[in-house]
Amino acid sequence: MPKAQVLFEDIGVAVTVPAGTRLIEVSEKVGAGITYGCREGECGTCMMKIVKGMENLANPSMLETKVLQEQMAGRQNRLACQAQVLQGEVVVRPG
Amino acid sequence: MISAPVRLRRPGGDFDAVPVAEDVHWIGALDPTLRSFDIILKTANGTTYNSYCVRGSEGVAVIDTVKAEFADEFFSRLEQVARYDEITTIVLNHLEPDHTGALPELLRRAPQARLYISHRAPLMLKGLLKHDGESLDFTTVTQGDSISLGDRSLRFLHTPFLHWPDTQCTYLVEDGILFSGDIFGCHFCDPRLFNDKVGDFRFSFEYYYQHIMRPFREHVLAALPLVEALELNLICPAHGPIHRDAPRGYVKRYRQLAESQLANEARQRDKTLVIFYISAYGNTAVMAQAIKDGAESVDGVRVSVYDLQGGEVTPFVDLIEEADGLAIGSPTINGDAVKPVWDLLSCLTQVPLKGKLGAAFGSYGWSGEAVGMLEDRLRGLKLRVPCPGIKLKLIPTGEELADCHAFGRNLALQLTGQAAFRVVDIAELA
Repeated sequence: MPKAQVLFEDIGVAVTVPAGTRLIEVSEKVGAGITYGCREGECGTCMMKIVKGMENLANPSMLETKVLQEQMAGRQNRLACQAQVLQGEVVVRPG
Repeated sequence: MISAPVRLRRPGGDFDAVPVAEDVHWIGALDPTLRSFDIILKTANGTTYNSYCVRGSEGVAVIDTVKAEFADEFFSRLEQVARYDEITTIVLNHLEPDHTGALPELLRRAPQARLYISHRAPLMLKGLLKHDGESLDFTTVTQGDSISLGDRSLRFLHTPFLHWPDTQCTYLVEDGILFSGDIFGCHFCDPRLFNDKVGDFRFSFEYYYQHIMRPFREHVLAALPLVEALELNLICPAHGPIHRDAPRGYVKRYRQLAESQLANEARQRDKTLVIFYISAYGNTAVMAQAIKDGAESVDGVRVSVYDLQGGEVTPFVDLIEEADGLAIGSPTINGDAVKPVWDLLSCLTQVPLKGKLGAAFGSYGWSGEAVGMLEDRLRGLKLRVPCPGIKLKLIPTGEELADCHAFGRNLALQLTGQAAFRVVDIAELA
C-alpha cells in the first residue's frame, strides 16, 4: 500500500501512514495538540495549519470548504477531522 | 421551601415590559424557582431570560428571546411595547435554547422581520429549528456590521466562544447600550432587574464567570478590548441584573478574572510543569520525585510536585490552568486509576487546556491499566501527550527510576521545544 508521512510540528514526531489516512486517525494516537469537537466537519474546532504539503492532501469537501469559510480560515488551513493524506510529506501544526 | 414565582404581573394578567432607557424595554422572563442550569450550574436565586425591544424611527428590533416555556410571558411583555407588524429586526446574540425558545413563534407572528445572527451561527440555527430551518431566511453579521432603525443603529461585536461559537454582542450606538448576550450575565432572578436595586448578586456574577466563561478565557481576553473601547451607559446581559450603575466596573472585573489567576514569577521566562500524584505505598510518589528531578535537569523548566491526598481540587485546578504541562501519577487499584485523580480530572473542563502538555505515570501491583486510562483522559481533555506514559510493577528498581528520570527529562525537552525529532509508523502507535 502506498505510504505517506505526516510531521506534527508541535511535538516533533513524523508518522508514516497508509495513503488515504485522515489526520484525525493519527494526531490523537501520536499525542499531537490538534483538538477536536464534533469530529464530523461541522464545528471547525480541529482547524489546523498545513505548513507544507497542502498538495498532498485530498481536496476539501463542500462541507469542509463551507466551514473553513465560516471560520475565516486562511489558505493554509484545513480541518484535521476531514483532511486525507494521499501521498508524500505533509507538515502540520495546531491552529 | 421555594416561593411562588414573581413575574411583574399586572392585575389583569398581563406581564409588564420594563423600560431600561427611552424606547428600550426589557421584555424577558423571570424564572425564580430554577435551581440547576444546564446541569452544571447551581442557581440558588433562579435566573432571568433577558430579551429587549428597541424602537427606532424606522423600525423595531427584538434582541434575543426566552426559553420556550416562558414564551407567553415574553410575548405578553412584547405586546406592551410593539405591534408584531412593526418589528423589522430580530437579533440573536446567542442561539442556546434558553434564548431562542420563543423564536419560532416570534417568526410566525412577525414574518416580515429580518433575522440577524453571527456568521458562526447558521449551522446551529439549522440544528435548533430543524424542520423550519430549511426555509428560514436570515442575515449573518460580524464585527463592525450595523443595521439602521432610522434614528438609531445597532452595531455588532464579533465575540465568539463566549460561551458558544456563535456568540456576539449588539451595541445600540446612539445610547451607549450594550446587549452583551451571556457575557457580564449571571443566574440571579430579582424582579427589581437593575444592579442598583436587586439583592447582592456578586457571588452569582463570579460563579457564572468561573463556570461559563473561564474555559474560554483567551476568548474573553480577545473580546474585552472591543467592549472597553465603547461608551457604556448600560450593559444589558442575557441573564441576571441589568448593569445600570457603574457598568464599566463589570468589564474591569472580567479583565481581572480572565487574566492570570495566580501571579507566576516564572511566566515569560521558564516553562512550568506541575506533577500531581497519589500513592498507596510510596512507589508512585518515588516515581514522581524521579520525574521531577529529570525535568529539572533541563534549563528553563520550573517543576512543582503535589500530593493529591494533601489538598483540595479547586486550587489544583488553578495551578493547572497556569501551567504549561501536567503530569499525573496514580497507582492501579482494581483495574482503574483512583478516585482523587478522576476527581481532579473531572474538574479540568473549567479551564483552558488546549495545547498544554500532558503525561501519566504510576506503579501497579497486578495489571497497570491506570496509566493508559489517564492518557486517554488527557487526550480527551485536548492536551497533547507526546511522551508515552511510564508504568512499573510495585517497587521501582534503580534502573526503573532512571527511566522515570529520563521520562521527566523528555517532558521538559518537549516543553522547551528541544525534543529530538522522531519518526514512527502508525502501526507502532496504540
